[in-house]
Amino acid sequence: MFINFFQELKQANIPVTLREYLTLIEALSADIPQRKVEDFYYLSRSTLVKDEKNLDKFDRVFGNVFKGLENIEELETAEIPEEWLQLLNEKYLTEEEKKQIESMGGWEKLMEELKKRLEEQEKRHEGGSKWIGTAGTSPYGAEGYNPEGVRIGQKNNRNFKAVKVWDKREFKNLDDDIEIGIRNIKLALRRLRKFAREGAADTLDLPGTIKNTADKGYLDISLVPERRNKVKVLLFFDIGGSMDPHVKLCEELFSAARTEFKNMENFYFHNCLYEYVWKDNRRRHAERLNTWDILHKYSSDYKIIFVGDASMSPYEITYSGGSVEHWNEEPGGLWLERISDIYSNVIWLNPVEEKHWEFTPSTQIINQILSGRMFPLTLDGIDNAMRELSMKK
Amino acid sequence: MKFEGTKDYIATEDLRIAVNASISLERPLLVKGEPGTGKTVLAEEIARALDMPILTWHIKSTTKAQQGLYEYDAITRLRDSQLGDEKVKDVKNYIKKGKLWEAFESEKRPILLIDEIDKADIEFPNDLLQELDRMEFYVYETGETIAAEKRPVVIITSNNEKELPDAFLRRCFFHYISFPDNDTMQKIVDVHYPDIKSKLVSESLKVFYELREIPGLKKKPSTSELLDWLKLLMNEDITPEMLREKNSNNIIPPLHGALLKNEQDVHLFERLAFLARREDNQN
Repeated sequence: MFINFFQELKQANIPVTLREYLTLIEALSADIPQRKVEDFYYLSRSTLVKDEKNLDKFDRVFGNVFKGLENIEELETAEIPEEWLQLLNEKYLTEEEKKQIESMGGWEKLMEELKKRLEEQEKRHEGGSKWIGTAGTSPYGAEGYNPEGVRIGQKNNRNFKAVKVWDKREFKNLDDDIEIGIRNIKLALRRLRKFAREGAADTLDLPGTIKNTADKGYLDISLVPERRNKVKVLLFFDIGGSMDPHVKLCEELFSAARTEFKNMENFYFHNCLYEYVWKDNRRRHAERLNTWDILHKYSSDYKIIFVGDASMSPYEITYSGGSVEHWNEEPGGLWLERISDIYSNVIWLNPVEEKHWEFTPSTQIINQILSGRMFPLTLDGIDNAMRELSMKK
Repeated sequence: MKFEGTKDYIATEDLRIAVNASISLERPLLVKGEPGTGKTVLAEEIARALDMPILTWHIKSTTKAQQGLYEYDAITRLRDSQLGDEKVKDVKNYIKKGKLWEAFESEKRPILLIDEIDKADIEFPNDLLQELDRMEFYVYETGETIAAEKRPVVIITSNNEKELPDAFLRRCFFHYISFPDNDTMQKIVDVHYPDIKSKLVSESLKVFYELREIPGLKKKPSTSELLDWLKLLMNEDITPEMLREKNSNNIIPPLHGALLKNEQDVHLFERLAFLARREDNQN
């Protein structure tokens, strides 16, 4: 019956399945919608869409497939409430002026004219600006009223035109792939969990106890260590300069990572990794850490995450002395290679949109050094990055 | 059996359709939405409107699907066996019924609320697939099959902390409670505080929506926060004029603690209000 509709939904990448379609048919045959288009819309939405981010897509497809349907029944016609116009009148017209109208053909006639005008305007402005200025074309003008013109707020007038519910597209802002927040990031980071029982045996192992007791014939309690997330992470943040616009996003990532990974160390660098990093950005020149020390200190099962826009001059990566801040003995690219030699799980998160990467040579160079393990700092990107990190090599 | 909202709960048209569809087709209804838009209350109100008993299963991060069916208390049995208790011979004495079992046994068709399903482990919904689909499960310890006499109406709420598996979603009806618009909000307030002065309501609604419009708030105030705030305003006898007046000593609305629950948000709001006033003064 609605196969076409179903196919269109599929094409719009809404994950609908046959089972859901059959449920819709079942609901229809159970007479749940009371033969109203709105009811059918609500019912099909509730059966076929299971994620609020798809609601807007659904609204668009529905509007497309059932275009013209709304004409079958005239739900509401354009009408302007009488009292509302009356109100205008009282507000703007003096007694004298009112008398003048009477003499020029009467209130009724004038109002009818105004109504017509307003309707015409509404049609022309459909979906356009919020305000209807009646200044130029107002019949008042000819009559000599209200020289400044009346501004009529369409927003407050709900009876103006029936907007179909699906045309309202209320869920527009929910369909957003880059909507990102601490909680969402945490969820994405959660992919990188590695539970293991390590350390002191301090929780009761119930199945073990029962088994041992049954085997031995007396109560034999056995204990196991608690399950903990064992993943270890080193986080390197690019700070300052071109990273400033991305500070909020990085803060969110940092705060999410802080709570999600118990074994996490973070370091700062500028533009590219060189022989020094620092832990406290305010004291970056006083308390520098030798990168070699870090590579020696943290064992190779640490996962490395770089966060940076990778936008710099290519010399900063490929040449000694290329750094903008200091004289570097060895090129930054060499340091990145060292890192990826020691640690098998290295990724780079880039807050710059992926489509701009190809225009920055430095981004391409770094991506090459890390053999393509650069991911955009979006939910999807983090998700993929965590998948990459959790792979055993 | 038809749900039309109650005198204490304003149900929008789309919500009513979704609820009625799930009642008559006997499929679970998954309700999502911003915190504080009345997801949990919905189940209680349906129960009240249709006069059905309600069973609530609150999910925590440690909840296992099995706990909803039944639990076998091995430890007590072990202890009893050492004491030589007679009870030990019958395994049934050590089986504790879960919420699903209780719902299946109910004589009247009940409502089963599975609250905040996203709190549990990621596999949790999958473990309940068969049970919710067929409304029956098998008890290994005693070898009996528990089947529902009357299929309960299942309402599931989620705060979107975890994605739910597709197989699970396919079996549900879905409704997203969107944030109420001004009219609906007015109705909701009327239902909760019928004797509140209408001027106070419209002023406070204005303040409330202005607050929600502020970009960058960590937690936008929601319906339940608005209701709390109104209650406070009424208690403190705040007049509509006091809400409207904006002088330099009171930049932010009175009793804002009920609306903004995060000190960063309060700071942000103060800063914005301060900037706005400076612009006003300059003009």
